Amino acid sequence: MSIQDKTETNVGLLIVLSLVVVIWGGLAQIVPLFFQNSTTEPVEGLEPYSALRLEGRDIYIREGCVGCHSQMVRPFRAETERYGHYSVAGEYIYDRPFLWGSKRTGPDLQRVGGRYSDDWHRVHLTNPRDVVPESIMPSYPWLAKTKLDASDIQDKMHALNHVAYKAYSAEQIAAAPAELEGKTELDAVVAYLQGLGIQIKVTR
Amino acid sequence: MSDFKSDFWSWWIIAIAIGGIAWCIWLLTTNKNRPIAAESIGKPMGHVWDGDLQELNNPMPRWWIIKFYVLIVFALAYLALYPGLGTFKGFLGWTETGQYETEMSAAKAQYGPLYDKFLGESIPALAADEKALRTGERLFVNNCAVCHGSDARGARGFPNLRDHDWLYGGTPDNIKTTIMYGRNGVMPAWEAPLGGEAGVNEVANYVMSLSGRKVDAELASKGKAKFDMFCTGCHMPTGTGNQALGAPNLTDNIWLYGGTPAAIKHSIAAGRSGKMPAHSEFLGEARVQVLAAYVYSLTHNSEK
Repeated sequence: MSIQDKTETNVGLLIVLSLVVVIWGGLAQIVPLFFQNSTTEPVEGLEPYSALRLEGRDIYIREGCVGCHSQMVRPFRAETERYGHYSVAGEYIYDRPFLWGSKRTGPDLQRVGGRYSDDWHRVHLTNPRDVVPESIMPSYPWLAKTKLDASDIQDKMHALNHVAYKAYSAEQIAAAPAELEGKTELDAVVAYLQGLGIQIKVTR
Repeated sequence: MSDFKSDFWSWWIIAIAIGGIAWCIWLLTTNKNRPIAAESIGKPMGHVWDGDLQELNNPMPRWWIIKFYVLIVFALAYLALYPGLGTFKGFLGWTETGQYETEMSAAKAQYGPLYDKFLGESIPALAADEKALRTGERLFVNNCAVCHGSDARGARGFPNLRDHDWLYGGTPDNIKTTIMYGRNGVMPAWEAPLGGEAGVNEVANYVMSLSGRKVDAELASKGKAKFDMFCTGCHMPTGTGNQALGAPNLTDNIWLYGGTPAAIKHSIAAGRSGKMPAHSEFLGEARVQVLAAYVYSLTHNSEK
């Protein structure tokens, strides 16, 4: 019985050999990423998301911002002139899941932190056309009117601690609900945006 | 960038990549050299699907084998020239960041002298230079229009740059300093010191009277006493403001946060904070120089 006949008639063997073929490239391209400093260590100054920013990030996900905004500045002059320094892997260490996005209907947001004032973000998120008349971004007026739901923040932080990194200490988790006290969803989103990508700067 | 925690991973990648190619070569040569018995060429292999769909026993076509060899050569050449085999950098020395740096330095060689020339000229001179203004306008649209509007007429809370009313001064140096280092405008909340809503209402009436608006005279005169006590430190006794502090002129009927009685009362009661971000790091002085010239031209060039 030839090898061909054996693989064609033995389903178990066919599955095993198929897996070997499929896994081969990943063994060289994916597995070593978990054992590389630049992909597993945070860049200098990067901290895990604070409770408020973590809530802001979850609202960013809930409102589907990632559908129109990427968070990945590629190493091309056309991008760095507009957005700032190109992104590096160590900036996404605490992003679970990452929000790189794949489409830019609006601009990239990875370096938006500090580019505009808090007030600008408040006006702009509530009704973008108040500051940018040409904007096609939807309005998010409910963010300012909705108080944060802090009931599951500690569970979220525990869950993130289990994913890969020991991001939060017991004290931080204990203090989280107090940090969210009285804050609106708008406060959280603005805090999230204002902290994005501020560890690496372009200096001319 | 390959900065593995251990050299093992470099060898791991090399072994898998080279091993994969070696396996392809072995598979190709062993099968190519295994002749098919003459009598079975073109005969069915014993599989029949859908009643009449059969697999026939034929040697691999020559063009296909040649293509396979070409691919193997391509793979080996690629791995020799470009980084791919673990920490081996490749004979071309190509890196993604290196390619980016090359692109940036080429752009600097091309555009750097243009910006350096701008830096050597005064802002009023640049404001009279059509070419510089076109560059300035592009920079403005890309970096400033988001708050100040593409027509530079601002929005509520974000100053109009065409109205001759300057919070921090409209001289070339003032404009350049504002863009380079940013500004932080802070109006504290006055509701408590003014004695609640009534006090705020009185001061608001007085403030509106400063620009000649119709107000309740009695409230305004009560408001003046409070204004003199709390507000003159920044807005000056005449209400004309102080550009050193960014305190707005209250006599010109131009209202950054809205001129309705309700908006003015809110400004007094709850305070305001305006922030112009700094651009010295992101844009660099030469670009700021051209931008300042563009902003200066908006109010100083008669044709604008």
